[in-house]
Amino acid sequence: MTPPLLAVENLRVSFPTHAGRVEVVKGISFTLGRERLGIVGESGSGKSMTGRSILKLVRKPGLVTADRLAFDGIDILSRSEKQMRAIRGARISMVMQDPKFSLNPVMTVGEQIAEALVTHQKLGRTAVRRRLLDMLEAVRIDDPERVAGLYPHEVSGGMGQRIMIAMMLIPEPELLIADEPTSALDVSVQRQVLDIIDELVRDKGMGLMLISHDLNLVSHYCDRILVMNAGSVVEECAAGQLSAARHPYTRGLLAAMPTIDEARAELPVLDRSQWAGT
Amino acid sequence: MTAIQLDRLDIAYGETQVVHGIDLAIAEGESFALVGESGSGKSTILRAIAGLAPDWRGGISVLGRSRRHGVDRAVARQVQMVFQDPYGSLHPRKTIDAALSEPLAIHGIGNRGERVEAMLAAVGLDRRFRFRFPHQLSGGQRQRVAIARALMLEPKILLLDEPTSALDVSVQAEILNLLKRLRREQGLTYLLVTHNLPVVSFLCDRLAVMRHGRIVEVADVARLKAQALTDPYSQELLAATLGG
Repeated sequence: MTPPLLAVENLRVSFPTHAGRVEVVKGISFTLGRERLGIVGESGSGKSMTGRSILKLVRKPGLVTADRLAFDGIDILSRSEKQMRAIRGARISMVMQDPKFSLNPVMTVGEQIAEALVTHQKLGRTAVRRRLLDMLEAVRIDDPERVAGLYPHEVSGGMGQRIMIAMMLIPEPELLIADEPTSALDVSVQRQVLDIIDELVRDKGMGLMLISHDLNLVSHYCDRILVMNAGSVVEECAAGQLSAARHPYTRGLLAAMPTIDEARAELPVLDRSQWAGT
Repeated sequence: MTAIQLDRLDIAYGETQVVHGIDLAIAEGESFALVGESGSGKSTILRAIAGLAPDWRGGISVLGRSRRHGVDRAVARQVQMVFQDPYGSLHPRKTIDAALSEPLAIHGIGNRGERVEAMLAAVGLDRRFRFRFPHQLSGGQRQRVAIARALMLEPKILLLDEPTSALDVSVQAEILNLLKRLRREQGLTYLLVTHNLPVVSFLCDRLAVMRHGRIVEVADVARLKAQALTDPYSQELLAATLGG
């Protein structure tokens, strides 16, 4: 059996407060192959911190510890910042939540995407240009020549997020971490963006880690789901089996969502005291 | 009686006209939803009714009285608005007590302390929250405060602009239940803007689907529940919701 792309054992992330260190991720373990893994949880469940610690993006005074945090056999925690730069973008990349804040406002879209490529690969100008236009086409931008010359404020939110995806995928990474990639977008555009991610991930045989608070969305686009609550994984299940989830927290989240043919007079709410101790 | 009547309403921001010829009548006690993608003009309609988008033509009448352009105190007593982002809609340096008392002070209503306490209880917040600042509250608690602030003047109509889209699903359920209970207890009329169709199904009686500043379809919520909306764009929205 080949070793998994990513192996995480007993990952802990903590921050100092007046009352001592507070752990936001409390010893979680999982492995990820070339598959689509979803991490679901509410605000403050530690799901984003899990994603960020894999890229070593948790800044001081935050502290990340783990018994093992290995990407393709490389121990991430012992890497220096310089060594990490060879991994970030090139081998693992991350799509952030809001394209408005993640794109450089004073560079054209084309320059930014090309920069992501030439940072990691030596290529001639014509080759870069061709890869850029191909990539923009791959994220279904109709007129790549024109869009490459635009500035971020001249594109819509949905297009901005597709540009982000193009930028993250152009160096052809092996693992893509998508942290709430569509929550700043409209429902009508959300699916389009996720379909693009899905298609590219499958075509290139990448691993995908999709972080979201939306259970339905994650179960639709992933193979396996981890449900996080208060820094711990409370349930792990195959995406198709979500409706058979056992943990009261997962069940509570599922029940709290209204449905399109809603007939309940009142929505059940989570009784937080029930597992406040975890 | 109609709570809100819009007649051939056009709304513009500067040179750009964003809403074109809207005709709509919402009955008193009804809960009505405007759905559509960003930029379809649904929030702009709420802003015009609330007086925040003064550049409109046509007619807006509230409970049988025409709304004037600009500040209209009589309308403010009847219609209040709850905004999308509870992190942005409360003044960061005012306590909850100050935020809730301000509308009373503006309209010269006395007995403020008691009214504030009663309203906190009505939206399910403990009295110890009264002298806290917004940053000491969670998102769900802040949205409760925003709803309480809107209800301080005992309006008949609430304009709700994506009231739960900034919240987690479990907190969303709490706020939706609260809105449903308040409507039942106080006989309120809701005009809700959202892009979340299941929320419409839970909270509303009728809906209008908007696109490019125009209404493409008005339907009963039963038609939404049966997934029997007729306009092609409405069906597209429905498909996006079900598939995602």
